Amino acid sequence: MATQKAPVTGLGPLNGVVTWIDQRFPLVALWKEHASEYYAPKNFNFWYYFGSLAALVLVIQIVSGIFLTMNYKPDAASAFASVEYIMRDVPGGWFIRYVHSTGASMFFICVYLHMVRGLMYGSYRRPRELLWIFGVMIYLALMGEAFFGYLLPWGQMSYWGAQVIINLFGTIPFIGEPLAIWIRGDYNVSDATLNRFFALHVIALPLVLLGLVAAHVMALHEVGSSNPDGIEIKDDIDPASGRPRDGIPFHPYYTVKDMVGVAVFLIVFAAIVFFTPEMGGYFLEANNFIPADPLKTPQHIAPVWYFTPYYAMLRAIPPLFNSQFPGVAVMGAAVMVFFVVPWLDRGRVKSIRYRGTKYKTWFTLFVIAFLILGYLGVEPTTVWGEFSKGVPVVGGDYIALWVARVLTVVYFGFFVLMPWYTANDNEKPQPKRVVW
Amino acid sequence: MRNVLAIVLTALALPALAQEGGPQLERAPIDPHDKISLQRGAQIFVNHCLNCHSASLMRYARLEDLGLTEAQIRDNLMFTTDKVGDTMTAAMDPKIAKAAFGVVPPDLSLIGRSRSPDWLYSYLRGFYADPATKTGWNNTVFPNVSMPHVLSEYQGVQALEIRKRVDEDTGDTKATARLALARPGSMKPVEYDHYVADLVNYLAYMGEPARTSRTHWGILVLFFLAGFYVLTALLKKEYWKDVR
Repeated sequence: MATQKAPVTGLGPLNGVVTWIDQRFPLVALWKEHASEYYAPKNFNFWYYFGSLAALVLVIQIVSGIFLTMNYKPDAASAFASVEYIMRDVPGGWFIRYVHSTGASMFFICVYLHMVRGLMYGSYRRPRELLWIFGVMIYLALMGEAFFGYLLPWGQMSYWGAQVIINLFGTIPFIGEPLAIWIRGDYNVSDATLNRFFALHVIALPLVLLGLVAAHVMALHEVGSSNPDGIEIKDDIDPASGRPRDGIPFHPYYTVKDMVGVAVFLIVFAAIVFFTPEMGGYFLEANNFIPADPLKTPQHIAPVWYFTPYYAMLRAIPPLFNSQFPGVAVMGAAVMVFFVVPWLDRGRVKSIRYRGTKYKTWFTLFVIAFLILGYLGVEPTTVWGEFSKGVPVVGGDYIALWVARVLTVVYFGFFVLMPWYTANDNEKPQPKRVVW
Repeated sequence: MRNVLAIVLTALALPALAQEGGPQLERAPIDPHDKISLQRGAQIFVNHCLNCHSASLMRYARLEDLGLTEAQIRDNLMFTTDKVGDTMTAAMDPKIAKAAFGVVPPDLSLIGRSRSPDWLYSYLRGFYADPATKTGWNNTVFPNVSMPHVLSEYQGVQALEIRKRVDEDTGDTKATARLALARPGSMKPVEYDHYVADLVNYLAYMGEPARTSRTHWGILVLFFLAGFYVLTALLKKEYWKDVR
C-alpha cells in the first residue's frame, strides 16, 4: 500500500472528512496552489477587479440561462411569446430574464475594462503572451455567444441583426454565399437558424468559454499576476520565507478584497435590473419588443452597443468592386489584431506609469477612437449631417462617415505602428519594488 | 381644387414635422402607481381598442394587479371570452380587419415598450381629418396610418392648419403645421387629454405588468446589498491592516 498523505489539521470537526478526501484527491495541494499560497502583487488597483467580476458574470449568465431554458421555446412560431411568457406568467421570470439580458452587457463592460487594464499595464508581455491569447480567444467566444443569444428573443432587432451579420459572411469572395447558407441552414434567417443558434448558445459556446476560462486561469497561475508597475514580483524573493517580498497570498487578501468589488458591482447590476433594465434602449432595444417579421425591414438596424465600434468600421470602409468585403475584412482584422499585440510592443517597460510620451499619446488616441466609433455605430451615418461639397474620388458625403474613417485609421495605427513608437520612447526608469 | 392644394401642402408640411428623429412628442402625463387611472385605462382599452386589436400576451386575470377582483374583471371588462385565464383577443376576425384596413391591426401587448408612452399619447391626440386618405383620417405622429380616429366622438374633429412664413433673412418659405379643433366632441380638450393619458397609462402597464413589483423588490435588494457592501468593506479593512 502506498504511503498516505499526512492528516489535515486545523479545520476542527472537518479534519476527518477533509483528510479522507485529500488522501484520494489533491484538495489541499490545489487550494494551496491557487489560493492560500498563490502570491499576487500587493498593489492591485481598481482595474484589477474586472477579471474576477467577469468570472462572476459568467456564473450569473450560466445560472440565469439554465432557468430561462426551462421555459424558452426555440421555435420561430413561439419563441417571442415564450419570452413574454417568462416575463409575465413564470414566477420571478422577469427577474431571471432581466438578469440575463443585463448580464450580457455587463459581461462586455467587465471584459472591455479587463482588456484596457491589460493594455495599460502591459499584462500581455513576456511571459504572459499565452495568457493574453487565451484572453483574446475568450473575447471572440464571448462575441459569438452574445450574437447567437441575441437571436433567441426573436424580435425585429434579433432577426434583422442576425440577417445583417450573416450576410457579412456572404461577402467573402467565392465561398461567401454557400457559407452564409450553411450558417443559416436556409436562404433566410428562419426556424432552422433559430434552432442551431439556440444549440450553439446554450451548450457549444458555454463549453468553449468555460474551457478557455480554465486555461486562462491556469496560465495566469503558472506565470503569476502582473501589476500596475509592470515589474516581476518573482524577481525579488525573500530568502527567509521563499516568497516574493511584494506578494501576498491570494487568499485571504484578494478573496476579501474582490468581495468588496463584488458588492459594488452587484449594486450597479441590481440598480439596472430593477430600475432601468432597458438602459435607455442600449441593453434592450424598443424594436425588439416587436416580433420578428421577415417582410418588414426596420428603418435603422444597429447591433447592441458592445459590437458598435466594429460596426462603425464596417460602414466606414467603402465597397470595392461592389463588394462589402473590404469592410468585413477590416472589421475582422480589428478584432484579430489583439492576438499579435505581445509581439508588436518593443517597449522596455510594461506599465503605462513608466511609458514615454509617444505611447501615452497613442494609447489615449486609441481609447478615444474606440469610444467614438462605438457611439457612431449606434447612430445612423447621417447623425452629424453632410459636408456642403461631396468628397472627391472615394465619395461619401456624411461627416460621421469620414470621422469613422479617420478613427479606424487611428485604431489600426495604435497597433500597426506600435513596433516603432514603443522602440524609442522617452520612458521613465522602472522601480525595483512595487509602489502603491 | 382645394383638396389638391391641401394634399400638396400636407406633403410639404409633413417632412418638416417628421424632421430629425421624428415628430415632436408630448410628454405623457402618466403615473404607473395610480390604480384608478389604470382601471379607467383598462376599461377604455377593452371598450375601444379590443374591437380590432388583440393583446395576445395579456391575461384578463392579470388585471387583478390593478386592484380589481376576479368578479369585477368578469363583469366589467370581459366581452370576448368567459375564461378569466384567457388572453385578450380582438372581437374582429383578423381576416375581416385586413380586408377593411389593408393591414391586420397590430397586437398591442407590448406597444407600450416598442413605442414609448409619449409616442402613444401624442399619436392618440394627433388625428386630423384628411379627405385624401382612405379612412378620411390622418395623423401627425404616424403619417398615412391605416387606423381611423376611433375616439373622435370624444375628441371631435381636428384639422391641420398650415401656416407659411417667409424667413426675412434667407427668403425661404417655411411651413409650420398646427392642429386645431374644427368640430368639438363630447369632451373638452382637457378631458380628452386625461382620457388618453389613462389609456396610455394602461398600455404602458400592459407592456410590462411586472414593473411595479420590479421596483418594489429593487429597493429591498439594494438595501440588502448596501449592508453586504459594509460587511465586506469592514472585512477587507481588517485583513489588510498588516499589508501596508
